[in-house]
Amino acid sequence: MNLTIAGLTARALLGRRRILLLIPMPAVLIGLTLVGVSTGEPAQQWAPTILGQLGLGVILPLTALIVGSSVLGLEIEDGTITHILAKPLPRREIVVAKLVVAWAVTTVTTAVPIGIAGMIAGSTGLGAGLALGAAVGALAYTAFFLALSLMSRRPVAVGLVYIMLWENLLVQFVSGARALSIQQYSLTLADRLSGDTVLLESTLSTVTAAILAAAFVAIGTVIATQRLRSFALTGETS
Amino acid sequence: MTAIATGPETATKMSTVELTGVSHWYGNVVAVNDVTLTIGPGVTGLLGPNGAGKTTVLHMMAGFLPPSQGTVTVGGRPSWRNPDVYKELGLVTERESVPGHLTAQEFVYASAKLHGLRDPLEATARAIGTVEMDDAKDRRISTYSKGMRQRTRVAAALVHDPSVLLLDEPFNGMDPRQRLHMMDLLHTMAGQGRTILFSSHILEEVEQLSGTVQVIVAGRLAASGDYRHIRRLMTNRPHVFTIQSSDDRGLAAALMELASVSGVELEPSGLQVRANDYGTFTRSLTKVARDKGIRLTAVLPSDESLENVFSYLVAS
Repeated sequence: MNLTIAGLTARALLGRRRILLLIPMPAVLIGLTLVGVSTGEPAQQWAPTILGQLGLGVILPLTALIVGSSVLGLEIEDGTITHILAKPLPRREIVVAKLVVAWAVTTVTTAVPIGIAGMIAGSTGLGAGLALGAAVGALAYTAFFLALSLMSRRPVAVGLVYIMLWENLLVQFVSGARALSIQQYSLTLADRLSGDTVLLESTLSTVTAAILAAAFVAIGTVIATQRLRSFALTGETS
Repeated sequence: MTAIATGPETATKMSTVELTGVSHWYGNVVAVNDVTLTIGPGVTGLLGPNGAGKTTVLHMMAGFLPPSQGTVTVGGRPSWRNPDVYKELGLVTERESVPGHLTAQEFVYASAKLHGLRDPLEATARAIGTVEMDDAKDRRISTYSKGMRQRTRVAAALVHDPSVLLLDEPFNGMDPRQRLHMMDLLHTMAGQGRTILFSSHILEEVEQLSGTVQVIVAGRLAASGDYRHIRRLMTNRPHVFTIQSSDDRGLAAALMELASVSGVELEPSGLQVRANDYGTFTRSLTKVARDKGIRLTAVLPSDESLENVFSYLVAS
């Protein structure tokens, strides 16, 4: 991996105000879990909503969307991308370095707090399963949104449509839609890795979820690399 | 052991930028239309009014835009979808895009590392020294003036010692001192055998920096070469000379008898002479003066400025 690009990306990402948006979400998740525990109600009553629907269904994809669409997208927006592109580097190397940083940041800001919330709500096993499921989901999401930032001028809007309409609405009515929902992959893997807990409800098989998540990562990386290879500067036509 | 000699011919070829029958269109709008040009070592100005297609041409040279038609090569290799071309190419874009959270040292060092240079620290120190940014190199770029940012960008673009340097409007926003410094820098680099191409819509800059111009007007290459030579080839426009002599009135009468002279005006600053043919007139002038016993004190081609050449080209 190209550590220079990874370092530059991490500094650019962590130095922006947009990253501040990521701080409240994990705090809200852990706070709600603590409230749930303090009510004394059985975990089945509230944990699926907080861990599954909020943690894996909203916080994970939204964080991945902000981070994944920023690592290259913001550089394209402000023009600094030319500094990296005007170097004799294979474009794949650039995409992989960006993806690794996006994945690491998303994992630290979502998978870790989701894991902690799982431990508070259930057990260490549940926490570990949730953290691992979320980490795999983070990789698939960031690869997808990174590719999206090279395919669309409005990656955040398109990403929001995917998260809200496809993953949180369509899958409820069309069961086939689950096959293309990263949220379902995270949920399935978290469920299996934590020993089929009653607190998470998954509908895909482990192998299917793992293969489809890997496909999202592979296809996202390939598309991003191809798009970056043919990156054309626009907007300066004087 | 085999030694590979790099002759001057190979070096020149490495630093040649070539466009052959290049067009580029955005949808239905033709931005660049069938441009063929070759740019070799030295300073060349890419000149044209705003919107003429200069940036499009530069972006195609730099591999940031595909030609819709034709071929663009740098050092004999196509620049589009070919990152290897950046081993020999440095680019300073017009858009003032620099990561403000880095210092110049960090920014240029990152460039050196990304180029895979053997000694990135040494290369960084050299590049920063070349643009005279040593004193401010450890400050964040966001605290720099426009000129300092521009110089930092130039340092990053030449850290790998490229044989071709492309600069889009490099003097924008610079104060006169910074401008002079940048001009010196570009001259020095050209003197080292590099190909320097810069775009500008400010004639004065091009005139001061470079005799060789590529003039783009409405997407087409309107003229190419030394602008003084271009002017002399415009035979349909009379050449204007300002002449001072020991007897302006006598000289005026004598010049009116020459077939190559189409008009003479007697002005306080001297004679304004319009000549149809540059070569014939300059040869006849000395003869006429000698025959009449008139001493010439000044002969200045007064419409050979780049501005005149440019306005003639745009008007035609």
